[in-house]
Order: sequence, then structure tokens, then C-alpha cells
Amino acid sequence: MPRIGVLTYGVGNLFSVTRALSRLGAEVLLLDESGWTEIDGLVVPGVGNFEEGSRNISAHRERIADLIASGVPVLGICLGMQLLFEESEEGPGRGLGILKGRVLRLRVSAKLPHIGWSRLRVVRDCELLEGVNSGDWVYYVHSYAPSPEDPEVVVALSEYAGLEFPAVICSGNLYGTQFHPEKSGRTGMRILGNFVALCVRR
Amino acid sequence: MVAKRVIPCLDVENGRVVKGISFRDLRDAGDPVELGRRYAEEGADELVFLDISATLEGRRTMVEVVRRVASELDIPFTVGGGIRTLEDAEALLRNGADKVSVNTMAVERPDLVRSIARRYGDQCVVVAIDAKREAQGEGVAYRVYTHSGTRPTRYTAEEWARRAEELGAGELLVTSIDMDGRQAGYDVELLRRISDSVGIPVIASGGAGSLEDFYRAIVDGGADAVLAASVFHFGRFSVRQVKEYLASRGLEVRL
Repeated sequence: MPRIGVLTYGVGNLFSVTRALSRLGAEVLLLDESGWTEIDGLVVPGVGNFEEGSRNISAHRERIADLIASGVPVLGICLGMQLLFEESEEGPGRGLGILKGRVLRLRVSAKLPHIGWSRLRVVRDCELLEGVNSGDWVYYVHSYAPSPEDPEVVVALSEYAGLEFPAVICSGNLYGTQFHPEKSGRTGMRILGNFVALCVRR
Repeated sequence: MVAKRVIPCLDVENGRVVKGISFRDLRDAGDPVELGRRYAEEGADELVFLDISATLEGRRTMVEVVRRVASELDIPFTVGGGIRTLEDAEALLRNGADKVSVNTMAVERPDLVRSIARRYGDQCVVVAIDAKREAQGEGVAYRVYTHSGTRPTRYTAEEWARRAEELGAGELLVTSIDMDGRQAGYDVELLRRISDSVGIPVIASGGAGSLEDFYRAIVDGGADAVLAASVFHFGRFSVRQVKEYLASRGLEVRL
């Protein structure tokens, strides 16, 4: 049973994601200062805004970088994924800058946030999306999405009001979803299950 | 494109799901944890849980029941009933709710809506509006009621809907007191008036009895989501049947 750390950095609701990971057979460790050497995978959750998230996550900057360098799978969810990039139009503050690019406000004439169920369009292979297909539905609550410098890291897209934006990011052992897999029914459980499977017991 | 949502509603009293007619004559409809899990498996897009316990005793167990229901869910979860303070809302959000629904207190303390929205974002706040038809000259008006449909307010449904949006509601859950539990169709006129008044999503509630009713609430009423209780609890339709029907009528739903 892999041990997966869920980063607690003062944002959002950890309940659903920790429950989902436990249901999928992971041992969940709520991570703050300690426990970093004991985990086989890291989830960076996030509901909230970039500026606050950036401030709160800065204390973990090196730990996260070290973890990624050592090959441990890391999954960022929503704001947790946006924080892997350099900066955001949402507000001041530095992201972790592990991925090159900025987070942009969705340029649509429709209402924001984009809330609800939208479809995925899978554009590249990625082990995180094993068994997930174009047309599968996922649940969103967001007004921003990343614009990676390297388009190759985008493995799936979604569309809102005519705009396509990155839905899933894969770059080596680094993964991210702009939607909430823990709220996305069977498709979300499949994705989290794939992540748990990638976290091999050390 | 965002899919139209189908949302089963659990009205919970003292830890049990109940359902009545026009908020009265409640009868037992099952265990909330079991029903929540079943609906999620059937393809519900979201689950709403409304605590309607009249006693303090009943309300005290609410957070625990919410936690148990939430533990089994992998879809968005909205919880309401008896939320009086920001702390009440926080306790629910910490225990698995994704959104909170406020009704009576939104009317009595509009600041509550504002403060929840500021702290957690608009997407977190649902304002529930219970409305009843009344004659107004030649036509009809819709009066907003609080306290489980027992106390009239000074607002018409349209006025209160606009005000709730200004206060920071991310969504409106609109229940027709007249139609609730009767399985004779949503009050489409009420839905239309509200959806024409606001720019936020409207959840239709109260009256679903046939598959066509769900379709009408969306197409004629302008609802973004359809909520129902009786038809699901008492086995008239499964959530999946409703979604398949809506898809067959050309609406985009998550199947």
C-alpha cells in the first residue's frame, strides 16, 4: 500500500481528496513540516487563490523540488497544479516554477468561474490517463488555467464557452489536473487510481 | 459546454431521509449514506443534503451524518439546513461539503451569504429560495417564504433572486412550495421568472413526476440543473433513466 502525502498549506478542502485516496487503497499522510521522507507520492490539492497559495506553499519550495528530483510522483490539483508554474494573472506571488509558463484567466465572454461537468479531449498518451477517453466528463470549479511554455506537457484539454484550455498535464513524474478528480465520479476515481498505482512503495 | 445536471436531494430529519408533500406529512425514505452512495453510482451529477430536523438534538448529529455521507461520494456535495453562522458553514465544509445552502438565514442575515462567499468563493454558496404562488390582480406573483415554507417575506421570488446574486450566491436552488412532493411537474413559470432575472445557475426543485417534467424545467424554465427527491427515493425513476431521457431529447448530460 503506497503512502501518499497530501500537502496541507492552508488552502481548501482536504476531506474529499484524502477520502478518495484512502478508498483507492493508499495510506494518506497529511503533510506539513515532517514526514517528507516517508512518502511514495505527493498530492498538492488546492481551492483558493494564487496569491495566498503562493505565500503558503513557499515554505515547501525546496522539499517539493527535491521530491520531484528524486522521482517521486507528484500530482497537483486545480490551484495545486497552477502553483507548479511560474506565475499567474490571478495575483502577485511566485509559483514553484517547476514547469515553465504562466497561469492565465480564461478569456471567454461567458460567466466565470467555469463550474460544472465538461468533457476531456485526450491529445497525448500519459500513464495518468490510462483507461480514460476523449468524451469522458470531469468536474471543474475555476477561472484560470495554465499556459505551459512547452505544449508537449499538455495531455488533455477541455472546452468552455468556445475556449480550449489544458485539463491534464504530464511531465516526467509530475502530473496535474485543472479539474477536481476527487469530485469527478468514475473518471476522476480512475485518474486518482492511476496515480496511486504510479506511487510505488519505497 | 457545461452539462445539465441531475441532482437527487436528501431531506434528512434526525439522521433519516424523509419526504413529504409541500414540506408536510413526512415519511421515511431510507438511510442517507446508503441513498447517497446509490445515487452517485447511478450517475447523479451532484448530491444535495438538507437537514430539516426541528430539534436541537437532531441538528447536533448533522455534521456527523454529513461526514458519513461525504465519505462515500466522488461527486460535488451541497449541504444546507439550519446554517446560522459562518462557523456552521465552516464545520460543514471541513466535514466534506463542497457547497453550503442557506435559506432562512440568507433572508434574515444577508451578511452571512456575503461572508461565506468572501471566505470560500461564490461557487461555495447556494441560496435556497422557497416560493409560493399568490394572486396579484389578474396575474400571479411568487412570494418567498422562510422557516420551511411557513413565514412569508417581503420579497417576490425575482427580487430576492437578484438580491441573492448581488450578495454573492453562486447558485440558486428554487423550490416551489405548491408543487413540492406532488410529482405533478415543476413550476415552470417560477423557474422562468428567476432564470430571466439572474446570471447565475438555477437549480429547479419541487414537483418532478415525469421524465418530461425534467426536460420542461430545463428548456421552458431555463434551469441549469434539476433536483428531485420523491421520484428517486420511491423508485419511480433512476437517476440514469432521467439522464438518458434528457440526452434522447437532445440535451447535453453526463452519461
